[in-house]
Amino acid sequence: MNSSVIVFPGSNCDRDIAVALKKLQFQNKMVWHKDTSLPKSDLIVVPGGFSYGDYLRSGAIAAKSNILNEVIKAANNGCLVLGICNGFQILTETGLLKGVLLRNKNLKFLGKDIHVKAVNTDNKFCNKYKKKQVLKLNIAHNEGNYFTSLEHLKELEDKNLIPFKYCDENGNINEESNPNGSLNNIAGIFNEKKNIFGMMPHPERMTDQIISNNDGVNLFTSLLN
Amino acid sequence: MKITNAVVEKHGLKTKEYSQIKELLKREPNLLELGIFSAMWNEHCSYKSSRIHLKNLPTKGKQVIQGPGENAGIIDIGDDDAIIFKIESHNHPSYIEPYQGAATGVGGILRDVFTMGARPIALLNSIHFGSPDHPKTKTLLNGVVSGIGGYGNCIGIPTVAGETKFNSTYNENILVNAMAVGHAKKDKIFYSKAKGLNKSVVYVGSKTGRDGIHGASMASVEFDENSEDKKPTVQVGDPFTEKLLMEACLELMKDNSIISIQDMGAAGLTSASVEMASKGDLGMELYLDKVPCREEGMTPYEMMLSESQERMLIILEDKREKEARKIFEKWDLDFVVIGKTTNTDNLTLKFKNELVGEIPINALASKAPIYERKWTKTKLPEKKINIKNLKKIKLEEALLKILSSPNQSNKSWVTDQFDQMVMTDTAQRSGSDAAVIRIHKKEKAIAVTVDSSANYCKAHPYTGGKQIVCENWRNLISVGAKPIAITNCLNFGNPEDTKVMGEFAECLLGIKEACEFLDYPVVSGNVSFYNGTNKKNIHPTPVIGGVGLIKDTKNKINHFLKKDGNIILQIGKTFGHLYQSVFFEKIYSLTEGPPPDVNLSNEKNNGEAILKLISDKLVFSAHDISSGGLILALTEMSLTSGYGLKINRPQKLSNLMEHYFGEDQGRYLIEIETSNLKKIMKILNENNIFNEIVATVQKDYFEMIGELKIHINDLYKANNKWYNNY
Repeated sequence: MNSSVIVFPGSNCDRDIAVALKKLQFQNKMVWHKDTSLPKSDLIVVPGGFSYGDYLRSGAIAAKSNILNEVIKAANNGCLVLGICNGFQILTETGLLKGVLLRNKNLKFLGKDIHVKAVNTDNKFCNKYKKKQVLKLNIAHNEGNYFTSLEHLKELEDKNLIPFKYCDENGNINEESNPNGSLNNIAGIFNEKKNIFGMMPHPERMTDQIISNNDGVNLFTSLLN
Repeated sequence: MKITNAVVEKHGLKTKEYSQIKELLKREPNLLELGIFSAMWNEHCSYKSSRIHLKNLPTKGKQVIQGPGENAGIIDIGDDDAIIFKIESHNHPSYIEPYQGAATGVGGILRDVFTMGARPIALLNSIHFGSPDHPKTKTLLNGVVSGIGGYGNCIGIPTVAGETKFNSTYNENILVNAMAVGHAKKDKIFYSKAKGLNKSVVYVGSKTGRDGIHGASMASVEFDENSEDKKPTVQVGDPFTEKLLMEACLELMKDNSIISIQDMGAAGLTSASVEMASKGDLGMELYLDKVPCREEGMTPYEMMLSESQERMLIILEDKREKEARKIFEKWDLDFVVIGKTTNTDNLTLKFKNELVGEIPINALASKAPIYERKWTKTKLPEKKINIKNLKKIKLEEALLKILSSPNQSNKSWVTDQFDQMVMTDTAQRSGSDAAVIRIHKKEKAIAVTVDSSANYCKAHPYTGGKQIVCENWRNLISVGAKPIAITNCLNFGNPEDTKVMGEFAECLLGIKEACEFLDYPVVSGNVSFYNGTNKKNIHPTPVIGGVGLIKDTKNKINHFLKKDGNIILQIGKTFGHLYQSVFFEKIYSLTEGPPPDVNLSNEKNNGEAILKLISDKLVFSAHDISSGGLILALTEMSLTSGYGLKINRPQKLSNLMEHYFGEDQGRYLIEIETSNLKKIMKILNENNIFNEIVATVQKDYFEMIGELKIHINDLYKANNKWYNNY
């Protein structure tokens, strides 16, 4: 499978995701933000980081970059797109995903391991996870508090467009297990066609037992299924 | 502008120093030149009070590639890998403007590391605040922690270890020390020494603004009630630009374009150009109208003294300009040739074709003043307290009180604000004795930790100096790393005070002896004097940053209990020293008496034995016994591990408080399997290492029959409430 990782000058998880993709047998290419075309890709990853510094709203400038025009075109043609952390923020800024990521409810940066529950696995990214499986992933963000309109929230729930929800280690989804204040404990969402996926936790940080665990591996191997 | 006595004083120079300047120039300086002297001759840049003491430190070793004197120290960790690291203070700016002060402290130390060719792989910090009930502490804590996080998180270097402490001695002068650790290839290391005549001097990075003018001079005087007015001298950080600068520099370093490179840190363009020229025995001519400026109408004085962040000076090989420029343009950074190297031995400054200043380089560097300041010795305090005369307290009550106190509380409120995982090589994060960072794409890892013991150093600086090196060494041993070298950040009060100068001299003597004995050289460091306000000096606070090597990341170890039924073996003997302990301070508000004695040969024997047992895979978990004594160390092993402990009563019944809260040095706890007990005891006994069984791992309860029984969840709660309620 061919993958492309978009590199903004302030991306800082680009190397991490590239290492994970390579380890999991993807043919990966790095794509510079000033480029005006994409290599042949089955999967495009918009990685975490601080795209252009994010002194303005996170991802706002990145959404207007050269390469994002190409990502939008590819996404609309059905290419798989994964936005992680800042990548998720950028995808919401482009409108490819609806809703916004507000500041964390405690108004502080949060860098810690959290748990998510795989509530919907019937999609290309999660089919190797068991339904209701609890994963331990890592978050590192200032703005991960997902918010959207009530109609859209209902649509997300009704159409199974929420693959992961924050939970505790036993799988309980409640206010206590919600680290950043996201609506309905949302940790990630799909677009309606389920080819565009944005999530705040970093699955690429959980692909090496020596460093952490392997809970992020299936997100990538699901795509190879 | 006429140079009057008032102008000289405003530049932080003494009358005698001004006479020296006139002698060296053989004339009166103009204002620009005076500003430059002030920037180079202040304590922060010149080390004028500390130099004669620093030169006694051991700085060489088999694995040392570069000792102090460069931007950072460099050690050899085998194969073609080198580790480059340094710690630095940003105390004064952080007190005035906590977020930016702390953020730019991180930015500055990162530049010191990547300017030498290393990709930074870890950040650490040691932060000291005043008493929690002091009205400024909360704001300062919030600002500093978010500033450290704000910078490191954005640039994408994990912040993996550190210490956060509170003591009223820092009420008016907090400490913010940041350490950066980088990885480089041994054959791709870059230095600041200029070489060759007529080589282009290139300015890269951010534009120069009016921020930070005289920052280094500000850091070289005591605070007073007007210190808040110094806010404009604090720099403003831009981690995004630093990221660009780092990537651009590392990209340019791949080929052979760079002759030398130096970041513009304290005293900005002045110190960078002087440093490069002085090391290369060359002159340098700068055309200041070429300096990229953020604001219009900036004067040569402002350009030379600005401490705007994220800037570098590079001396380029001939004919490499085009290629180099292309790289910096790719990263949208300024790249301007602003001068050249000369054979005049002068720093020559021109502005719009006019000579605006000319100073012999050696007047700014080698001929800067050096002081052998008077100092007084601190006598070892006497032991005057009889524990039997103190009001009795139950072990359980004392433990819970200490466990929930600000200094011993779980610090995840702090560390959760840092990205510890970015780069995905952090094998062990904050909350362990040391963090473990894997070398990218290799099996090996480094372990890193920072430590300080201001109370011990205050009570007896010589012993305190020794102790803190040993504690740092023990922390690396406890994760299974072989300690290699240290960097130190020496935070002290006013060196013109003979007592403070004595604290400095004696702490350094202690550090020297311990480093020599443990073969643990000092490869870089920083001195921060004038920490105090209105003649009140802070406790002497040397901070030690240590780096060790683990050959295979898989063999790292931590202190969390692993298995029901395992035995906890204590290495090293308990004597019950309670003076200067957390117990005396927290329970009885007693801060008198001597610190615990340090026996270097025990330290070495015990540490080496632990390392051997770990490498023989006989140890499940390990922990050093430090502040709070044996009972705190046992508690820390239990916390978050999900296991409790059944603690044995001491065989020879001494005083229970002395036994469990005493802070005797050179001690460790290891968790082992019962079946290996005999084998391990034999190894230890053969090496004359004192050991005794102190506890057994069990489920649910942390207990000692008749004295305490606490459910591990309650232990956790006690340890986790302070920050959240603050």
